[in-house]
Amino acid sequence: MSILSTRKAEKIDSLAEGGTSLAMDALRRTFRSPVAILGLVIVGLFVILAIISPFIAPKDPYRPYPELKAELTPSNIPGPMPGFLLGSDQNGYDFFSRLLVGAQQTLFVGVFATLIGVAVGMIIGGLAGAFGGWVDSVLMRLTDIMLSIPSLLLAISIAALLPGSQWTVIIAVAMIGVPVFARLLRGAMIAQRSSDHVLAATALGVKRKTIVFRHMLPNSIGPVIVQATLTLATAIIDAAALSFLGLGDSDWRRAEWGLMLGNAQELLSVKPSLAFFPAIAIIIVALGFTLLGESMRESLDPKNRR
Amino acid sequence: MALLDVRDLSVVFKRKGTRPFTAVDGVSFSVEPGQTVGLVGESGSGKSVTSLAIMGLLPKRGAEIGGSVTFSDTELLTLSDKQLRDRRGRDLGMVFQDPLSSLNPVITIGLQITEVLERHRGMTRKEARVEAAELLDRVGLPDPQRRIDEYPHQLSGGMRQRVLIAIALACRPKLLIADEPTTALDVTIQAQILSLLSELVSETDTALIMITHDLGVVAGLCDDVNVMYGGRIVERAQRHDLFERSRHPYTHGLLQSIPRLNAPRGEPLTPIRGSVSDNIEWEQGCAFAPRCPNATDVCWSEPPELKADDGRMLRCHNPVAIGDAVTEGAL
Amino acid sequence: MTDETATTTDVTGTGSAATDMDVAGADVTGTDVAGAAGTGGGRSADGDGAAGADDVLVTVEGLEVHFPIKRGIVLERTVGYVYAVDGIDLTIRRGETYGLVGESGCGKTTMGRGLLRLVEPTGGRVVFDDTDVSTLKGETLRKSRRRMQMIFQDPLSSLDPRQSVESILVEGMRAHGLDSGKESTRARLVELLDSVGLPESALHKYPHEFSGGQRQRIGIARALAVEPDLIVADEPVSALDVSVQAQVLNLLEELQQRLGLTYLVIAHDLAVVRHISDRIGVMYLGSLVEEASSDEMYAEPMHPYTKALLSAVPVPDPTVEDEREQILLTGDLPSPANPPTGCRFHTRCPWKQDTLCDTDRPELREVGDGHRVACHYAEDIAAGRITRHEVEPELVHPDT
Repeated sequence: MSILSTRKAEKIDSLAEGGTSLAMDALRRTFRSPVAILGLVIVGLFVILAIISPFIAPKDPYRPYPELKAELTPSNIPGPMPGFLLGSDQNGYDFFSRLLVGAQQTLFVGVFATLIGVAVGMIIGGLAGAFGGWVDSVLMRLTDIMLSIPSLLLAISIAALLPGSQWTVIIAVAMIGVPVFARLLRGAMIAQRSSDHVLAATALGVKRKTIVFRHMLPNSIGPVIVQATLTLATAIIDAAALSFLGLGDSDWRRAEWGLMLGNAQELLSVKPSLAFFPAIAIIIVALGFTLLGESMRESLDPKNRR
Repeated sequence: MALLDVRDLSVVFKRKGTRPFTAVDGVSFSVEPGQTVGLVGESGSGKSVTSLAIMGLLPKRGAEIGGSVTFSDTELLTLSDKQLRDRRGRDLGMVFQDPLSSLNPVITIGLQITEVLERHRGMTRKEARVEAAELLDRVGLPDPQRRIDEYPHQLSGGMRQRVLIAIALACRPKLLIADEPTTALDVTIQAQILSLLSELVSETDTALIMITHDLGVVAGLCDDVNVMYGGRIVERAQRHDLFERSRHPYTHGLLQSIPRLNAPRGEPLTPIRGSVSDNIEWEQGCAFAPRCPNATDVCWSEPPELKADDGRMLRCHNPVAIGDAVTEGAL
Repeated sequence: MTDETATTTDVTGTGSAATDMDVAGADVTGTDVAGAAGTGGGRSADGDGAAGADDVLVTVEGLEVHFPIKRGIVLERTVGYVYAVDGIDLTIRRGETYGLVGESGCGKTTMGRGLLRLVEPTGGRVVFDDTDVSTLKGETLRKSRRRMQMIFQDPLSSLDPRQSVESILVEGMRAHGLDSGKESTRARLVELLDSVGLPESALHKYPHEFSGGQRQRIGIARALAVEPDLIVADEPVSALDVSVQAQVLNLLEELQQRLGLTYLVIAHDLAVVRHISDRIGVMYLGSLVEEASSDEMYAEPMHPYTKALLSAVPVPDPTVEDEREQILLTGDLPSPANPPTGCRFHTRCPWKQDTLCDTDRPELREVGDGHRVACHYAEDIAAGRITRHEVEPELVHPDT
C-alpha cells in the first residue's frame, strides 16, 4: 500500500494546478470563444453606460430646452444643432442625453423583470422539484396554464389589469419568465434527485434539507443562470413591446428605450431617428445578452467539455 | 498473401489549441483468410482507433493517418470516399459495441438489410427480402419472417447485435471487424453472440478481427492475439503461447490481476500499480515503465522495439522470464 | 426494463412499508446488543472478521419492491407493476462478504437499494442488528443509515461535482455528529485518505481531477467516514479499467480485514463475485434461485440458471476455453413486468419438465450444508436423472 500511496502522491501533486472547481472550469471555457467575448464586451459597455450616463450626459434629460422648443412644431422636430448632438425629441428635450440615460432605465427594467421572474420561478420549480408528488403536480399544472397563454398576451393582460407604471411593466414581463424558470429548475432538480450523488448523500444519512440546498439546488442552477442571461434580452424587448402598445409606463417623461420607441411611433414620418436609435440600442443590447447566454450554455453542456 | 496487411499504421489527432495526440503508433499486423485475430487493450490503448482507421471511418479533418493498410492488394488509405464506401459494403463488415446507436431507429430491420443487399449485391427488392429473412434466421433471430418488419427498439440488446451481425454479413465480406461486440451485453447473451461469431467464421472462411478489453473473450476465440498498450502493440503471440507463457510485463500483470472463476476463493490478486494516466511518452522510453515491476533505467530512457522473440513479437527491454512470476514491487 | 431504469420511477414517497412491525425496537444507535459483544462497534473488530455462523448482522425476509407502471397525464392510474424484487430471503453474517450476482434486469441493484431503504420496499422486512429497518421513519431512519453504507458503480456520478474531496468526506461525519473538532476532524480525514491509498493533498481537489480508480477510492473513503458495519457495494469495479479493478478489489478486502466490515457485493461479473465473496446468491427475475458458499457454487452449481451462467463466463485460459462445455441459453430475459408463471426460468430452462415447472413457483430450499436452491428438480438434475434438451427461443419484447 505504501508504494502505491507515495506514487499516488507524486501523481496528484504533479497535476499542474489542482483544485479547480467545475464552475471555474466552465467559466474558463466560456471565455475562450470570441463570440462570448463579443457578448461580454457589449454587455459590459451597456452596464458601464447605465452607471455613468447621468454624469456624462451633456444636457439634463428631464427638462425642455427653450432653444429646441422654439423650433418645435407638430410637423417639424429639430435635428442636430450646436450643443444638441441629435437634436430635439417631440417635447423639446435633448434627444442624445435621453438616449444615454435610457440605458440606465432599460437595464433597470430588464434586470428587475428577470430577477423577479427567476425568483418566483425558482420558488415554484424548487418546491416542485424538492417535494415531488402532488405538490409537483399542482405547481406544474399551474405553470402549464401560464405557458399555454402566448407570452405577450399574458404580459398585456397583466399590464392592463394593473395601473400604468414602471413596476407594472416589470411585473408583467417577469410573469412571462416565471413558468420557464419554474420548469427549468424543476426538471434539473428531478434529474438531480435520481442522480447517484444525491442517492449517495441519502445513503450517508445527510439531512433532506441539506441534500436539497447543498446538492440538488447548486447542481441545477447552471441552466437557470444561462436562461436568465437569455431572458434579459427578451425582457428588454418585451418591455419595449408593452411600451410600444401603450400599456407601459404612464410617465412619458421617463427616459427608457422601450418607452421612447413607443412614444415615437406616431412621429415616424416627422423624425424617424426618434424611433431608430432606441430600436438599434435595444437590438444591440439584446444581441449582447443572447451571445453571452448562448456561449455559457454551450460551455456548461457536458457534451462539450474538453 | 495476407488478406489484410497493416504496416506501420499511425493515427495522430490534431485539434486547434491542444497538443497533437498520438492514438496509434507504428501498428503492424496481418490477417489471413479465415483467421481470427485479437486486438486487446484497455481504454486508451488505441485498439478501437486502429479498427476505425482500417475501415476509413476516422474524420478526415483532425486525424492524420500514416502507414499503409493493404486489403487483398488494394491500398485502402488512398482510396476515394466512394471507392471506400463500396469496399466497406462489399468486402469489409463491421460490428460495433452499441447495437442500438448503430441501427437506424426509424427504419425496420428488414429494410436496413435489404438496402445493403440491393446496393451491393444488385438484388431486386423481392430477392433481398427473402435473403434478409434467411440472414436473420442464420444469426439466430427467432421468427425472422415476423421480426423483419420490426424496428430496432422492439428488440432486446442481444437481438439487436444479431441484426447488426446479419447486416455486416449481408454482403459475404471477406473480413469482419468486431469492436467490443459483447461489452454491452450480459454474459449469457455474450456467450450466444461469441458462439455465433466463431460458427460463422469457421463456416464461411471469413476473417475476423476481434477488438476487446476482455482477455477471456480472446482466449477462446482468437488464433493470434495482439496486446496493445498506449497506442502500440507490446506483445503478439499465438493464443496458447500468450496466455500460458506471457512475456511482456503488461500482459503478464493483466493476467495476474484479473479475478478468475477457476481460482479458489481467498487467493489474492496481484494488481498492476498506478493507472494509464501514469504513462510516459513512447519517445522517452517505454510507456509502461512507470507501472512496470521489471523497469530498469533503460526502460525510462530508450523506447523498446517490437522484436521477434521465440515465436512471438515482443516490445520490452526486460521481459518476464519463462516460468517466472512478477511479484517484486507489486503492492 | 432493467432494474436501473425502474429505480428512476418515483421512489421518494415517504409512505412506510406495509408491514406493521415493532417500532419500539427502533433503537439503532445502541451498539451494545447482546451477542455482538466482540464486534459491536464498526471499527473494533480485530482482524478475524467472520464470527460464528450464527452471528447474523442482516436478515432479509420476503423483501419485495414492486414499481407501479403509471399511465395517463392528469389522472395517473396504475396499470401494472414491475416486479423488480419479488420475495427475497437471505441472511448476511457479521464480517462476511455476501455476493449477489445476476444479469441486468434481475433486480440485484434494486435489492441492494431496498435493503438500505433507498427505495421503499413494498413488502417484507429487513432486520439489521436486531432492529427492523423497514419500519423506521424520519430521523431514526436517517440516523440508522450511519451503520449501513453504499459504494456505487460509477465513481464519477456518485460524487457531487461541486464538492471538494474534503467536503465530500466531512458531509457524512457532520450528518452524524462525528466531526468533533477542527483538529481531530482533519486528522480523521487524513487517516481516511491514507486507508484508501490517497495522499493528504487530495483533500482540496475535485472529483473530476482524479482517475477512475482514485475516484472509487474517494467513494470508499466517504462510506468509511461514518464508521459503518455494513457496506453495500453495487458493481464496485465494473466501471474501472481491467488493470485497476484488482487494486480496488484488494483494497476492499484489506479494509474488511482491518475494520471488520460486512459486505454485500452486487455484481454481474461472476469472476469478481467469486473472488471476493464468502457466500453467493444468484438472482433471476427478482428472486434468488440459488445460494451457496463461493467454492461450492463454482464446484457444484445446482440450479440450471447458475449452471448456464457459470458456463458462459469466458476464462482467460485457452485450455479451459477449448474444453469448456457451454450451456447456451436461448432467447432473452422475460420482462419483469410480466414474469412467467411457475418457475420464472422455465421459459429458457434446458432441463424444463412437463410438470410443476410452468405451474408452481419453486421455493428456495436447503439441499445441503448452507446450499439453497429454488428448483423442483435440482436433485434429479444433479444425479443425471434428467438430461438437457433444446429450447425454442420465445419472443420477448423489451418494452412490454
